This record gives sequence, structure tokens and C-alpha cells, in this order.
Amino acid sequence: MHDTIRALLTQSGRLTTDASTLPVDADLYTAGLTSHGSVTLMLAIEEAFDVEFPDHMLTREVFSSIGAIAAAVAELRPIPAA
Amino acid sequence: MNVTVDRDATLLQDVRAIADDIAAVHADDVDRRARFPHEAIDALRERGALSAFLPIELGGEDIAFETLAAACFELGRRCASTGMVFAMHQIQVVTIARHHEDEPWLTAYLRRVADEQRLIASVTSELGTGGDMGRSVAALTPTDSGPLTFEKQAPTVSYGEQAQDLLVSLRRAPDAEPTDQVAVLAGADQVQLEPAGSWDPLGMRGTCSPGFTVRGTVDEQQVLPRPFSHICAQSMVPVSHILWSHVWLGIATDAFDRARAFVRASAARSSSTAPIPAALRLSRLSCALSPLRAETYAGLRDFLDFARDDGEALNTMAAAVRFNQLKVTTSDMAPAICQGALGVCGMMGYKNDSPFSIGRHIRDALSGSLMISNERLHEVDADLLLVAKDVR
Repeated sequence: MHDTIRALLTQSGRLTTDASTLPVDADLYTAGLTSHGSVTLMLAIEEAFDVEFPDHMLTREVFSSIGAIAAAVAELRPIPAA
Repeated sequence: MNVTVDRDATLLQDVRAIADDIAAVHADDVDRRARFPHEAIDALRERGALSAFLPIELGGEDIAFETLAAACFELGRRCASTGMVFAMHQIQVVTIARHHEDEPWLTAYLRRVADEQRLIASVTSELGTGGDMGRSVAALTPTDSGPLTFEKQAPTVSYGEQAQDLLVSLRRAPDAEPTDQVAVLAGADQVQLEPAGSWDPLGMRGTCSPGFTVRGTVDEQQVLPRPFSHICAQSMVPVSHILWSHVWLGIATDAFDRARAFVRASAARSSSTAPIPAALRLSRLSCALSPLRAETYAGLRDFLDFARDDGEALNTMAAAVRFNQLKVTTSDMAPAICQGALGVCGMMGYKNDSPFSIGRHIRDALSGSLMISNERLHEVDADLLLVAKDVR
């Protein structure tokens, strides 16, 4: 999942640093994620993982790192049938 | 009897008296000469109103946020510049009070705000950011000897030369991204303000808001501990939009009151059996004022609602959209109501020296859509509305 998020970050996040080498816990805002970039990223993530972030998860904190985004997506995705 | 309610009621009563007896008296001179409303601000200082919001243990009166908002309305009715200076100062007080994180220097500073009734200005606008407060060019820069320095090109700094302190937004360090910002509280004796441009604007002339190159040297402990983005979402942006809206509601309400006084005077002289045309226009105008009042109060109520418990809800996009809506809506409505009042009063409203003059109200109210441009806020909301779910 981290790699998918990295790819989406490269596509939509418009970072000033290279997303492909960004550590999982690196602060995305410090890496140049703008508010417009974060919105585009959220839309891309909702589509890629087929999830909808409820409002209480649409905060700066949830989108502050690759790890935080992955945790949020994991929380929302239905557990796949065995 | 509830002691808290009494404290709030007393403050509001005193602010109303200062608005009526002092701010109103000097409002035209402040406007004409584009000078600071020092009589009213000094009176508010003497009353301790600059620190009334602070908790009692820091020397304040633990006044409710709603009372501050009501005070902005009362001052705005009599002198919009006084109301706006008071509102902007309170934005800094509320922000620091909510985000000092018990840091010793910052809490000691708040005590000095109460003891010395220090006036706090802000330096958040900057050339080269496209009006986006969430980005900075200037950076806090460490020196070999220890203190931090900065140099910021600010196109508008309201009452910068009259304030005792300035809250300045900056990049955290020379190598930080534009969005990686902090807020720094600098004393007037720590900064140099080099004027960049003159001050002869259309309205809000008493706020004395020319541009400056701001150079400063501060200590590490003067930096607010939380990131500026957090401080903005939690306090600075919603509090600004609420207190400004109350000032604009004050301007519009006084314009309406003048129109009403004009109609009463005209009706008293009329022999007609039906309402005179101006009375009908006034009736329509009252239907425009009512939604401005409703939206201003709803914005305040929504803030108290979002801020409940840990205030986490203030970090959501729905909250950001909500308080941008408030600002755009009220700043668009207030000048329209003032113009409606001019339509009621006619020539008597157009003349600057008539008791029904509306000119200053219109000019002051027109500043609203420019201080944080409404177009810029629409751009932000256009983005947020794509993803935010529970938009009110």
C-alpha cells in the first residue's frame, strides 16, 4: 500500500521532494504538500482504494505522512472475505 | 447570581459606553485624517479590555468569546477602525492564549499583556505568496551568537507602528518549505519597521495599515510551539472571520439605524396616509440586514460547536469551508446593506456632513472583501468542496 500511496503522491501531491524515496513517517507538509495538493491526493486515494474518507478523517494529521494515510485507508477498507 | 455572567455583562456595558462616548465622537476625525483611534484604544486599555479574554490567573477577566464578539460589534457600530483594531488585537490574544502550551516565556508574556495592556498587531501578509497566509517567503534564521533573525516584506501591517508587539508568521528555517511555518511573537523593541508605501486608502483609515519591511531579532522561546498551520485552523482563521464579521455587522447596523432615523424624520413631516417610499425601502433593507445578523451569529455558534471537547473538529475541511463561507458571505453583504441605506437616505446619506451620512460606512465596509481576498477563499473552498463530506 505504501508504494501505491507513493505513486499517487508523485502524480497528485506536487511535492517539492521526490516521493519515491520519501520515508513512511516523513512529514508531507514539510516535503512541500500544499492544501491544493492534499485535496488532489485525497481524491486520488479515495478512487484508488475505493474508500470514502469521512469528515473527521479529513484533517491535516491524517494526511501528514505516507504511514498515516496508509493507516487511515486500512481503517476504512472492508476486510476482504477469506 | 452567576458571577461569570455579571463580569461579561459589565465588560460589554463598559465597551458600549466607550463606543458611544469616545469612539463615536472621534470617528469622523480618525477617518478624515487616516489616523489611529488612540482615544478609544486608550479608553479600552484603561478599562483592561485588551486582556479581558485571558484567564483570571493571568490577569484577565475570563470573558467568554461571545462577549468579545459582541464588543467588536458595539465598537464597529460607532467607529469601524476602532472595532477592527480591537478585533485584530483580540485575534492575537485568543490565538496566544489557546496555543502557549504552558511555555514559561509565553505565559509570562500573557501576564504582561494584562499588566501593561499591550496592543498586539500581526504580520501575516507577505509579498510573493499570492495572498496565501499558509505560505511564507521570509524565514527565521539562526545566528552564530544564538538569537534568530528575520526580514519580511509585508504589504499591510495594521497599526504596526502603534502596537507593543507583533505576531509574525515565517518559515521555520532558511531551508524549510513555504508551508512549513511558525508564528513568532516579537516585541516592538526587537523589530525595525521600514515603511514601504503610504497610507491613504478608501476606508478603514484609522487602522493605519501601510506596508513595511519588518526586520527582527528574537529568542527561540518567542516562537509559538505548534506549527502555524495548526494555529490557523484551530484559532486564527475562524476567530478572525468571526470577529471581523461582528465589526462588519456593526457597520451595517449603524447604516441601517441612520436610514431608520432618516425615515422617522421624513415620516413625521409627511401628510400621506400610505407609507412613504423611503419607509418601504427601509423595510426591504431590514430584510437584508436580518440574514447578515443570522450568518454572523451562526458562524459564532458553529465555532463554539466545532471547538467543543478537544477541538479536533476545527481541523476538518468542513470547518475550514464553514469559516471561509462566513467571511465571504458577511463581507459581501455588509457593503450592500450600507448601499441600501444610502438608497433610503438619498442626498442626506450622500453628504458627508449630514447626521444621516452613510459614506464612511460604505467605504469601511468595502474593505471586507479585500482583507484575505474573497476570490482567494473561493479558490480554497472550490478545492475543499471536492472532498469534504459533512459540509454545513
